[in-house]
Amino acid sequence: MSNLEQKPFNVREIREEFPALRQQVYGKNLIYFDNGATSQKPKLVLDAINLFYSKENANIHRGVHYLSQRATTDYEAARQRIQRYLGARKPEEIIFTKGTTDSINLVAFSYGSTLSAGDEILISAMEHHSNIVPWQMLCERQGCILKVAPINQRGELIMDEFDKLLSKKTKLVAITHISNTLGTVNPIKEIIQKAHAVGSKVLIDGAQSIQHMRINVKELDCDFYVFSSHKVFGPTGIGVLYGKEELLDRMPPYQGGGDMIARVTFERTTYNELPFKFEAGTPHIAGGICLGKAFEFLESIDMEAAERHERELAKYAEDMLDTFEGLQIIGEAKNKTSVVSFSLKGIHPFDIGTLLDKQGIAVRTGHHCTQPLMDFYGIPGTVRASFAFYNTKQEIDTFVEAVERSLSMLK
Amino acid sequence: MNLTEKQEEIIQEFEVFDDWMEKYEYIIDLGKDLPKIDDANKTEDRLIEGCQSRVWLDSHFNNGKMHFTADSDAIITKGIIGLLIRVLDGEEPKNIATADLFFISKIGLQEHLSPTRANGLLGMVKRLKLEAIKHISAA
Repeated sequence: MSNLEQKPFNVREIREEFPALRQQVYGKNLIYFDNGATSQKPKLVLDAINLFYSKENANIHRGVHYLSQRATTDYEAARQRIQRYLGARKPEEIIFTKGTTDSINLVAFSYGSTLSAGDEILISAMEHHSNIVPWQMLCERQGCILKVAPINQRGELIMDEFDKLLSKKTKLVAITHISNTLGTVNPIKEIIQKAHAVGSKVLIDGAQSIQHMRINVKELDCDFYVFSSHKVFGPTGIGVLYGKEELLDRMPPYQGGGDMIARVTFERTTYNELPFKFEAGTPHIAGGICLGKAFEFLESIDMEAAERHERELAKYAEDMLDTFEGLQIIGEAKNKTSVVSFSLKGIHPFDIGTLLDKQGIAVRTGHHCTQPLMDFYGIPGTVRASFAFYNTKQEIDTFVEAVERSLSMLK
Repeated sequence: MNLTEKQEEIIQEFEVFDDWMEKYEYIIDLGKDLPKIDDANKTEDRLIEGCQSRVWLDSHFNNGKMHFTADSDAIITKGIIGLLIRVLDGEEPKNIATADLFFISKIGLQEHLSPTRANGLLGMVKRLKLEAIKHISAA
């Protein structure tokens, strides 16, 4: 069903597809190393956004007219493309949400409402706030207990400790596939098997993995997999919750409104079937269609080669940064992806970030919405360079020179 | 020099810089020169928490004028604090409360006072003005 043919991996050609990468900021060529926060968008997606609002704009699932039917067809085709890409059994297992945070909240409210006092939720010490706070709120509502599996200094999950925390009381393991701050790739296949062995469900936060590697939810056998469109080359404001059908079927709706109902009377409302039961109100139609386009684009990329390229970039950057005195790489997991986080003795990450910005380099500084993780390392934050497959070694050379210049100014 | 003149003087000083890095080099030097607040005095009530950097502000009212000391854990933030204090220190509360700090955008640093920057500076200016208002209403 792919419309684009997969080509041998070629960074130069891929960069051509991303107009945002060809611009200057403060008179310098932009170097975009903030892909962990959001990715740039390929022409295929940009053109689709323009086309939708120029020619197709209509509400979906309810109109009898031409435009509405066309928008509905395209929106549902996007769902099917995502289903196929993820290896889900049915399109009904793909729920469109606002993003990763919304997907996790949906599970925390809906699946969470089936839990009882004393039931346990197991997360890890490297979670993003969006995979901590919804569970804390659930614990407050339902009397569940939040358990946190610790990590070692390298930023790897300590599996022995994880095993100890996993028990018959565990009803859900909610864990990130890849740490947004450290780049650690968690052994989710092993985690999923172990969790299932004690009867627990598993939610994988895929916000940082879907754009870096091929994901197959059937092979992983996870119960939920969630991600945001904007980090995987699609528009902002939309994301996905994959859930196993039998589980989603048993879960109550999260929000009420239009589209999610079968029949409404003032006495009683019956709910629509999957996936619409979880999609109240007019969705982000253009977003859904264009997220489909982002996956069409991804299908044209040799993701194994892309992943190798990204890991090479990270290794290359780390080896060079390691030579700076007082610089500490935060996150040294054996299995890590293209995130390079570092802190500098006596220098605030904000200062480095500001000076890099003025040299045309976009990085993220701060706690990256992982405050407990910063507490673990005893630092206020890090400077984080996060790469995508369109980044190059030449960009890293420029970046390292810019770090050097910034340090000479700040010391 | 009044508030406006002090700001115009800063704007003139910044005119000599050709590029951003020179500008920031100067701001960093200002930050390094600014007197520190002792760690013992970096108390919760003086803290203005930003998402990125943190600012501590201490103010005194003496002979009808206000005096400030401030510090930050980030040196660029501190340099900008130095500029703000240079403009506002020793002024009467009513001048501070109504001050239009136009020099910040004139020298291209408005991003540091935007709500999204989260470096504590916007909070610091708000608190400076609140302190000033307290002294106006007490007068």
